[in-house]
Amino acid sequence: MIKEYKTIREIASPLMIVEHVEGVTYDELGEIELPSGQKRRCKVLEVEGDRAVVQLFESAQGINLAESKVRFLGHPQQLAVSEDMLGRVFNGMGEPIDGGPAILADAHKDINGLPMNPAARAYPAEFIQTGVSTIDGLNTLVRGQKLPIFSGSGLPHAALAAQIARQAKVLGDDETFAVVFAAIGITFEESEYFINDFRRTGAIDRTVVFSNLANDPAVERIATPRVALTAAEYLAFEKGMQVLVIMTDITNYAEALREVSAAKKEVPGRRGYPGYLYTDLATLYERAGRRQGKKGSITMIPILTMPEDDKTHPIPDLTGYITEGQIILSRELHRKGIVPPVDVLPSLSRLKDKGIGVGKTREDHAGTMNQLFAAYSRGKDAKELMTILGEAALSEDDKLFAKFADEFERRYVSQGNSTNRSIIETLDLGWELLKILPRRELKRIKPEMIEKYLPKED
Amino acid sequence: MSGTITKVSGPLVVAEGLADANVSDVVRVGSQRLIGEILNMTGDSASIQVYEETSGLGPGAVVETTGMPMSVELGPGMLDNIYDGIQRPLPEMRALSGDCITRGTDVAPLNREKKWDFVPVAKPGDQVIPGDVLGTVQETSAILHKIMVPYGVEGEVLSVASGEHVVTDVIATVKDKKGKIHELPMFQRWPVRVARPYTRKYVPSRPMNSGQRIIDTLFPIAKGGTAAVPGPFGSGKTVVQHQLAKWSDVDIVIYIGCGERGNEMTDVLMEFPELKDPRNGEPLMKRTVLIANTSDMPVAAREASIYTGITIAEYFRDMGYDVAVLADSTSRWAEALREMSGRLEEMPGEEGYPAYLASRLAQFYERAGVVECLGADDRQGSVTAIGAVSPPGGDISEPVSQATMRIVKVFWALDSSLAYARHFPAINWLTSYSLYLDTLAPWYTKEFGEGYMQNRSKAMHILQEESELQEIVRLVGQDALSPADRLTMETAKSIREDFLQQNAFVDEDAYSSYLKQYKLMDLVLRFDSLCRDALQKGADMDKLFTIPARERVGRAKMADVKVFEKDFAEIEAQMKREIEEVIAGGEDA
Repeated sequence: MIKEYKTIREIASPLMIVEHVEGVTYDELGEIELPSGQKRRCKVLEVEGDRAVVQLFESAQGINLAESKVRFLGHPQQLAVSEDMLGRVFNGMGEPIDGGPAILADAHKDINGLPMNPAARAYPAEFIQTGVSTIDGLNTLVRGQKLPIFSGSGLPHAALAAQIARQAKVLGDDETFAVVFAAIGITFEESEYFINDFRRTGAIDRTVVFSNLANDPAVERIATPRVALTAAEYLAFEKGMQVLVIMTDITNYAEALREVSAAKKEVPGRRGYPGYLYTDLATLYERAGRRQGKKGSITMIPILTMPEDDKTHPIPDLTGYITEGQIILSRELHRKGIVPPVDVLPSLSRLKDKGIGVGKTREDHAGTMNQLFAAYSRGKDAKELMTILGEAALSEDDKLFAKFADEFERRYVSQGNSTNRSIIETLDLGWELLKILPRRELKRIKPEMIEKYLPKED
Repeated sequence: MSGTITKVSGPLVVAEGLADANVSDVVRVGSQRLIGEILNMTGDSASIQVYEETSGLGPGAVVETTGMPMSVELGPGMLDNIYDGIQRPLPEMRALSGDCITRGTDVAPLNREKKWDFVPVAKPGDQVIPGDVLGTVQETSAILHKIMVPYGVEGEVLSVASGEHVVTDVIATVKDKKGKIHELPMFQRWPVRVARPYTRKYVPSRPMNSGQRIIDTLFPIAKGGTAAVPGPFGSGKTVVQHQLAKWSDVDIVIYIGCGERGNEMTDVLMEFPELKDPRNGEPLMKRTVLIANTSDMPVAAREASIYTGITIAEYFRDMGYDVAVLADSTSRWAEALREMSGRLEEMPGEEGYPAYLASRLAQFYERAGVVECLGADDRQGSVTAIGAVSPPGGDISEPVSQATMRIVKVFWALDSSLAYARHFPAINWLTSYSLYLDTLAPWYTKEFGEGYMQNRSKAMHILQEESELQEIVRLVGQDALSPADRLTMETAKSIREDFLQQNAFVDEDAYSSYLKQYKLMDLVLRFDSLCRDALQKGADMDKLFTIPARERVGRAKMADVKVFEKDFAEIEAQMKREIEEVIAGGEDA
């Protein structure tokens, strides 16, 4: 028998204090019934004696201290999962909002998940071809990786993420895939952009959408990515699917976390974000991966907007420390009309080394990748020098590097949002660009590779 | 002795009725018997940090104290194993509870069933003191595990076993002065927050060979020394740590993955058994203990993982081994400290970190060192501690970096701009330092003659000069430099690209012996001295800089271990010849 309490003592949204409770436990899910009969969700943040501090997931508007009733449900927040979730749209708490029937649950899962045993992980090593040269060639994505996109306000991250979702495939493989899309506090328009793109390509039938839009309760956002990842874990590790999780925008999530932390009067860390932001984000991102003996995988592409394009802001900074690399978009390239505006030098995929090479992509991949990075970096330095001192100040070699940098941006990076390049096309294009440089400068590539792949002078 | 919970707030639990418990006792919390540790006591109520997720706990649940401080089990079975932050073996937890870590899983750190072949060293009638070796066990093909008399036991050996035994079997009995008989099993327990005792500490004087050129040649670390590797994300901290774990010429490596990525630990787990120690050909995993408390695992156990690691290191040190402890990353450990401090409502110091942050860090690093171990045979062992630091935004003015810099003697500063240019290891040669140079120089001189250290200072000088010249180039362009200065720039470029850059993913280059490092630096600097002469003689600068031998210098580091000396000699001869030709050409014109 679940007890009902009418002992709400204090409400300071998003927190509420309930007194004279019995048997309430930490992290338990609760339900508030308003005098109007409306129900709202909440969870326990702290219990001390018979007093519970409760966090509301929705607005506190209309809750009345004397009349409202609180019930504690005896378990943490759960999600009803089933394969029927594919093709459906849910709100940020995991309730259907597409007018369809409720999900007949195959199981109820705690949305917090459990930490994966490092000894049970399988190392991600399968190359995913996204068709985007800057990713495939230079920052290779592998199955089970978490590779965020660091964007800024007004940059076209949605177009890039949709392009990846559309084009991504594992070579020579026809396993079932699924997309889990979590909209965290983004606008209706941005959310529709993704959903329309999924619809256009037919991917919508394989997609589960969790939607917490900008006008939905902010605190609910703390649950949204967890709900989405719980669905992804079910599909990947129990149903054997290759799941791609796109979460946008993590900045909104962190802000919701800060709001609750401030209400709890916790000692803030950097920029007012709670000291446990790193740990909290890690419990989301680390849910990506592969497990030994399991067919499925979770590959994660979280998107975040860097406030003021500042990579050292706590959200991108802590994310970068947890994720296995990052794709950074550049405002400068965007202004130049480069599509997608991927800032190649600070972008990185930590897992690329295991996903490339003989049998995965091609033997020359590692060498050309390092050479392209190094040459572009030197070319950019040369161009910078050129703007200060003029072209005459450059050595002959540096002029070639500057030319290389321009060509690289124009042809390699700027491929548009609809071009789907195979990895072979990407690698060959790289060689064509390296031809601009003097051969003795190609120190990062083994001589036999140069012999074999460098296009011959006509 | 048991109490009742009155408050639960995340990993912090307050329980009353524990008046008889001690601070730092390990307690079991709730019906799931979660593991916790007492932090503070007020009256009969205790603040407890719980090492597992506390969801589902509430007031009224039972808390039991074990009466023991947080301890590790030390004995055969630790090598080639992977533990979580409180020494629970992860493969066995997986066998017990599946792919995810469930709560309240109780597994003994050392396998209770595995039999070890115990070879006695002590004989009945021997007088033994703590640290004396009772016998040995071949723990892995690489390491002989010495079973020692535990601290506090001293007297006459009554009996010693031999043959196959499990760790809990009594393998010796010792009668002390008071006539009390101690039955000694193959393992001992030690509280993790207490440093293990030793006879005497020495100043480190031998270098630790890491096989990494920028480390061994420019910023060496001593065995028994301390180092920090700070750097923003993406600058290659973890690769540096992995390289050190792979190639360091120590006997044992303890790798602590503290609040870092799960896949990185998997990488180590998969790669190390495949890799062979360049010195004895044994798989590297046979000398490695992994401690993995990844970022998604409970935060309180992360705080403990550092201590668990260093205690195991000290235990192997006590056997007379050289041990390296690699902690990745100490910043995550500090954050765990901050989180618990916040929940205890302590007055925060800088950036919310507790005021005792610096002293805790110092206590950790101070457990490194070269020591004469306990025991009558005067053996020496060392613990080298290397901690990664992850400063927010790469800005090392933050408290963890600053507190660490005050303690450690070696500082390998990673630089994101080097990483962007794919210059790896991205250790910045201008901001890094090693305070062991003076104590280690005699060793280098003894092994390789005066040349090694002379080359080093010459190279450092050239790199320093380059940074000054670059300022000028940025203002007025390269043409304004004198030929001699242009040569300095060229040589510096060669030092950077042909010597300092080292590819961890190419077999020939991942590890460089001292001799190869020495000869390679020699080769790079030989170009400088030959060209300086040539310039004096009026040779054409541009021709000197583009001689074909330079391309071969650029690839010299890839030379195979067996043939590099011959290769280098050839390149040098070619370089000499070509420079001569340029000089002659200049005179002709």
